[in-house]
Order: sequence, then structure tokens, then C-alpha cells
Amino acid sequence: MSAIASTPAEAPLAQPASPAELFFTFNRLALQGFGGVLAIAQHELVERQRWLTRQQFVEMLSLSQVLPGPNVVNLALMLGDHFFGWRGALASLGGMLLVPLVIVLALTAAYAEFSRIAVVAGALRGMGAVAAGLVIATAFRLMGTLRSNRLGPPLAAAFSVATFVMIALLHWPLVWVLAGLGSLAIALAWRRWR
Amino acid sequence: MSGWFHTALSAADLLGLFGHFLVLSLFAVGGAITTAPDMHRYVVAEHHWISDAQFTSSIAIAQAAPGPNVLFVATLGWSVAGPLGAIATMFGTLIPSTLLTLAVTRWGAKRKESRGMRAFTTGLTPLTIGLLVATGWLLAAPYATDRAHAIGAIALVAITVIVMVRTRISPMWLVGLGAIVGAFGWV
Repeated sequence: MSAIASTPAEAPLAQPASPAELFFTFNRLALQGFGGVLAIAQHELVERQRWLTRQQFVEMLSLSQVLPGPNVVNLALMLGDHFFGWRGALASLGGMLLVPLVIVLALTAAYAEFSRIAVVAGALRGMGAVAAGLVIATAFRLMGTLRSNRLGPPLAAAFSVATFVMIALLHWPLVWVLAGLGSLAIALAWRRWR
Repeated sequence: MSGWFHTALSAADLLGLFGHFLVLSLFAVGGAITTAPDMHRYVVAEHHWISDAQFTSSIAIAQAAPGPNVLFVATLGWSVAGPLGAIATMFGTLIPSTLLTLAVTRWGAKRKESRGMRAFTTGLTPLTIGLLVATGWLLAAPYATDRAHAIGAIALVAITVIVMVRTRISPMWLVGLGAIVGAFGWV
């Protein structure tokens, strides 16, 4: 239970009752995730279920970011393991993947038919634009956590901006950005503790 | 429906596909999508199992469907070799990263309050937030640069951001709004 222990002031307000609840929560949030699940995961796990604080969410996400594999899947595994060990990890993973997998394979089989309909293509475009906005909004929500970052807000913000420029504008490979800029940020953070 | 009875791949080919995705899994820092170029090299350029267009549409379908984007790996496997192909690519992608994530999580949990782990999460948090903005930016770019619909698309992205930051309503409502607005051809 100590995987994401936190200061009392920001302790999560609730916990899942069982692995089954994890399964259904992850299933529900996965089915809401058009064009990616991360924004919905933040909404469901932090704002709605209150299983994690924003601080804990961004810390888990940071760890899942540097590990290989899909971020949201890694996040589901960590959260499930934190509450119920490997049973929780499997429940979260299954909830997130099983039903969407069936849907996406059915769509693959039907793709040739439905992609030609203009209304469907238009609706998918609209949903795609909203998906982009959801991810940006998630970033804005989590920016508040930088205020208490031990690097200090100005330096932390500078690292955020540098990451954005390197990935979005310069298209540098993520691995190099994490290895270079990430190591620098971790080294600077290391010096803040004695 | 070429998928169901697809028998183009031998058992050895299927094992090769599985093995290739097992290896790629451990290089997929930032998500499976970062290894898509190498998947393309393997299934299109090297083995000619599917065409360029099939590769691209496999990814587009997974993006449009609900669920994590990693499901594009399953649609890709399906296009290559039907259900068995989807099983090979999906399990290949998930097994190594899942085991590694659980191992690292448990290892890190015991050292949560250590100086090293605190420096690690403190240092990486700003990068994570910058990366999220970058991801949103890259997802929005194709809509915002399409001249016929740029204004509508940018407005829709902006409305989404404002509503999500200011309120706690479910994102589903905005996705629904996007579908309606898009169906009318405004985006």
C-alpha cells in the first residue's frame, strides 16, 4: 500500500473496493477514450473517483513515461498493483484492453464499408480535434503541481517548455530528450535534497 | 473480410512476428507508437505482408476507436494474419513491458522516499507536462493546418481546453459535441 504514499495533506480521498471495481472503472474510461485514454484517465481517476491526487497522478505518469510500453497501460498496471497486487494489475489491464480490443477488431473488419461515408469521416475528424484538446487540457490541469516542485516553479516551467519545443517543434526522438534533458532535470533535483 | 481465413503466414512467420514485437516492446519508450516506424519496416518493407495503405489505415482505425492507442498493434496484426496475427502482435507488445513495469514499480515503491526516487520524479514531472502539451499539439496539427476547416478545428480544440480546465464535466460530452460538429462538416 505504500507504493504512492504521500503527505497527509494530499492523501487520496477514496479507494477501489475490489479488483472488479478496477476492471469496470478502467473499462469505462477506456471506452470513453477516443484518440487516446490519458485525458479520460486523469478525469476518472483523479477528479471523479479520487483514487489519486493530481500530484500522485503526474508522478505515476512520469514513471510510466520512461518505462517502455504504452503509458496508460503502464499507469493502469501500477495503479492496479498498488491497490491489489498482481490481481489488481491484471484487472486494470483487462478492463482497459478487452472490450476496446473487440470493438477495434470489429471496426477493422468493417472499415472498408464505413470510411466512405462523409458524415462518418466528418464526425471522426471532430472527435479527433476534441481528443487533441483533451490532452492539452490535461497538461494544464497538472501544471499546478509544478508550483510545489522542488526545482522551483521557474526552472520546472523552463524544463516543460524545453520538452515541448524539442518534441513538438524540433521532432527529436523522445528517448534522447528523456535521456539528455531528463538526466539534467533529475541531477538538478538531486541537489535539492541533502 | 480477408482477416478471418487468412492463411498467408506460416507458423514460423507468425513466431517471427511475435518475436519481433517482443523485442520492440522493450524499446517502446513513450508508447508503442514510437516503434511504428520499425513495425512498418518489418511488415511492409521487408516481408511485404501488407501494403503501405493498409499499414496507415490500421493506425487510423485504432485512433478513431475508443480505447488506448496501443490497440493499433492489434489492428496491424489482424491486417497481417487475421486473429492469430492480432494475438501475436498484441501479446508480443504487452508481455515484456508489463513484466518490466511491475518489477520497476515494486522496486521503486520500496524506495519511494529515498533521495534518488524523489529526485527522479521531481526532475521528470516538468518533462511529462511538456510532453503532454507536445502530444496535444501534434494531434491537433493535422486539423489546424487543413485550410478548409482550420478555424472550426482550432475553435473546437480551444473550447475543449477551456471547458475541461474550468469545469469537471465528463469529457464524453465534448467528444459527442465534436462528433456532431464534425458530421455537419464544420471541422
